[in-house]
Amino acid sequence: MTQFIDIAALDDIPRQGARVVKTPAGCIAIFRTGDDQIFALDDRCPHKGGPLSEGIVHGAQVTCPLHAWVFDLNTGLAQGADEGEVRTYAVRLEAGRVLLDAGFLARRSAA
Amino acid sequence: MKQKLVVIGAGMASGRMLEHLFEAGGNFDVTLFNAEPRGNYNRLMLSPVLSGEKTYEQIVTHDADWYEAHSVDCRFGEPVVKIDRENRIVYSNAGGAPYDALVIATGSAPFIIPVPGKDLPGVCTYRDLEDTNAMIAASAPGTKAVVIGGGLLGLEAAAGMAARGAEVTVIHLMGHLMERQLDPAAGYLLQKDLEQRGIKVHCKGATKAILGEGRVEAVLLEDGTVYPADLVCMAVGIRPEVRLATDAHLEVGRGITVDDQMRTSDPSIFALGECVEHNGQLFGLVAPLYDQAKVLAATLLEQEAAFQPVQTATKLKVTGVDLFSAGDFADALGREDIVFRDPGRGIYKRLVLEGNQLMGAVMYGDTADGSWFFDLIKQRKDVSDLRDTLIFGPAFSGGASANPLAAVAALPPEAEICGCNGVCKGKIVTAIEAGATTLDAVRSTTKASASCGTCTGLVEQVMALTLGDGFSANANPPMCKCTDHTHEDVRRLIKSLGLKSIPAVMQELGWRTVGGCASCRPALNYYLIADWPTEYRDDRQSRFVNERNHGNIQKDGTYSVVPRMWGGVTTPAELRAIADAADRYAVPMVKVTGGQRIDLLGVKKEDLPAIWADLNAAGMVSGHAYAKGLRTVKTCVGSEFCRFGTQDSTGLGIKLEKLLWGSWTPAKVKLGVSGCPRNCAEATCKDIGVVCVDSGYEISVAGAAGMDVRETEFLCKVTTEAEVMEVIAAFTQLYRENARYLHRIYKWVAKVSLDWCRAQVEDPVTRRALYDRFMLSQSVYQTDPWAELAAKPADWAPVADLTLRAAE
Repeated sequence: MTQFIDIAALDDIPRQGARVVKTPAGCIAIFRTGDDQIFALDDRCPHKGGPLSEGIVHGAQVTCPLHAWVFDLNTGLAQGADEGEVRTYAVRLEAGRVLLDAGFLARRSAA
Repeated sequence: MKQKLVVIGAGMASGRMLEHLFEAGGNFDVTLFNAEPRGNYNRLMLSPVLSGEKTYEQIVTHDADWYEAHSVDCRFGEPVVKIDRENRIVYSNAGGAPYDALVIATGSAPFIIPVPGKDLPGVCTYRDLEDTNAMIAASAPGTKAVVIGGGLLGLEAAAGMAARGAEVTVIHLMGHLMERQLDPAAGYLLQKDLEQRGIKVHCKGATKAILGEGRVEAVLLEDGTVYPADLVCMAVGIRPEVRLATDAHLEVGRGITVDDQMRTSDPSIFALGECVEHNGQLFGLVAPLYDQAKVLAATLLEQEAAFQPVQTATKLKVTGVDLFSAGDFADALGREDIVFRDPGRGIYKRLVLEGNQLMGAVMYGDTADGSWFFDLIKQRKDVSDLRDTLIFGPAFSGGASANPLAAVAALPPEAEICGCNGVCKGKIVTAIEAGATTLDAVRSTTKASASCGTCTGLVEQVMALTLGDGFSANANPPMCKCTDHTHEDVRRLIKSLGLKSIPAVMQELGWRTVGGCASCRPALNYYLIADWPTEYRDDRQSRFVNERNHGNIQKDGTYSVVPRMWGGVTTPAELRAIADAADRYAVPMVKVTGGQRIDLLGVKKEDLPAIWADLNAAGMVSGHAYAKGLRTVKTCVGSEFCRFGTQDSTGLGIKLEKLLWGSWTPAKVKLGVSGCPRNCAEATCKDIGVVCVDSGYEISVAGAAGMDVRETEFLCKVTTEAEVMEVIAAFTQLYRENARYLHRIYKWVAKVSLDWCRAQVEDPVTRRALYDRFMLSQSVYQTDPWAELAAKPADWAPVADLTLRAAE
């Protein structure tokens, strides 16, 4: 089930930066690119658990702050020679507000 | 019987709607209310009126004869105050007008930012002829005008007033101009063009207050900057003018809600223009408004029509500024960029493709192909066959891809290779044949590729052709995959071309990526900080995490906090404050560092502002234990206590640390000051070491005790503390200005030679100049980051917490 909920104003998130949303299943990083695209990914690098929200955002990619793995924000896939994937979440921008698909919470509690 | 049609608002949308209605021979008695005391004119043309290129008379769309010919009852200068839906009557203060059908076209109102002084005389917006006339009246040569807002409207206002001789400053909240239509690279070129016309642009500027007594005198920004102003124009945005509709209890979202037929929630009331909201969307550009006008005319004539918003393209109406943007040019899933930059001519073009379709285009400097691209976007044409040459526009018919070397070989000797310095191929070949066999030699003998460097690849190809196997390309690799330039080239070009922002570097040096990468961005940010300390503003998002969060990130995502202890000296009060903080924030480990500091390890990110505030309150500042910057000055106890000490090494260490702290450097810088040659402070394996002797101070540099272990090399000996300070500040500045990012001092000295460094700091004039530049930079950067960041603790916490929500 898709269930978009309002989590923040766009301007709460710095351009070329990220903020995190706390959930029972761990933190989700909400990224904002230089041209105001919004992406949501697990805030956890599959390599050693680094907080991706603290990485440098360039184009639609982020570089993990711990060991410099690079992930595509669209797909969550590691770039280059590294292999790995970060879970992505649907996110929407409406009238300056950021909406996150929180359907995963419902699924989780139903399980 | 004729229907009674009442229209509120004589703007461009309702004007076009009336034209359609009359052309179709519609049978209506029209009453037209307008708050402005005039009829319909072309608002888009207010900019040429402002700049003096047109007069008001030239932009009138409907004159008195037109209204009379169509028997329109004009109620100009009569604002409507009420809509009586039950009896279908519209009221102004002069009386009522009954309607069968009502059209609300009240347009939009400028957004006024709620700062002190916003109501002072001399503050205007940019919406109608009154505003325009106010700006014209205030734009006499020599007057000072400030425009708040660097969007389409604000820039047109700025250019118009500048054309009349006013000194104009544009203050823009975002990082680059027209951020909704342009990407940072195009925004940078636009800023450069405007600055060449004498318009000052201040980006990332938040207005705090408009100052003045009885009349506007200046604008104050959050960062403390003050711009004197005789006139302030607010152009930060518009919002739909919906008050009448709200009062009449029509359905209103951000704008008046309408369906595909432009009908509001009341079947006999319609709305169009900037005041409406259709499927959640608002409209500000003229093309969709004209489409709405057509649909509404058809609806009123009882024909079928439905409004479908189409994509729009933007052009700035400032004479001589050529920019174009259309479609959607944001990064998204599966999208690819084609980027073309011609730094010499100030041209930037970016196409955004998704699959085989063109999604968006941004162009600056050469927009001749704009409409062709816009057409491809609108038609959703398959461009896969065109892709190789798409960026060159419709004129380029394509052809087989040529071997670049063959292409260079085919060039005649008089073909220009280096545009900056006008060097042709023949001249380069002659120089190579005369013995210039390296790129540097070609540069110094011919000047080719010595300015912007974009032609370096071409020059190397000429060299490869001329020298054959004897040529080996530059062994110094490029900075990163985003560019062919080396670090050294980038540093040189930042200075010689006067590049003062990251987008400027990326544009002028032909970066291949849109936003750089995690490798070049911190390097560029450092180079700009070092070279333009007073003009460039630190870009926090181009900082590595440790410098962004002012703590060292640990493997579990927590941080370490190290307060500064000048020269390694502390007090019982500081120790108590550290102990209290460690207790209060349940710090898992408290450890003494190798640099004579105390490290609080394992602090959670959201606790950082509070722990900093506590330590600040006890008089401590950041120890920068995470920085590519001055870390620590380690000292021994020296002559104050030690029976062997020859000088006050502790006191000198503290003075050096107070001189150098806060400075950003290519890589970390650690100092040691020992009071005698027994060297208890281990000064001879530091980046810069001082060993005190009876006759003075021996300064040595380029030590290391990390992956490489090196003893420092002797730089010079001086006799006073003041000389120690000046030599070390000058040497640090030399390093700051010349080294490659991430190179420690020992690596840099190995490249440039210690003799060269010594020659610089031993020459009194050069040394003083270096010292002065260092102090200028310190006047900006010697600040405690904690004090500023601790003031906004909310920024450090999660932006939302869904754990409670799930528990419900």
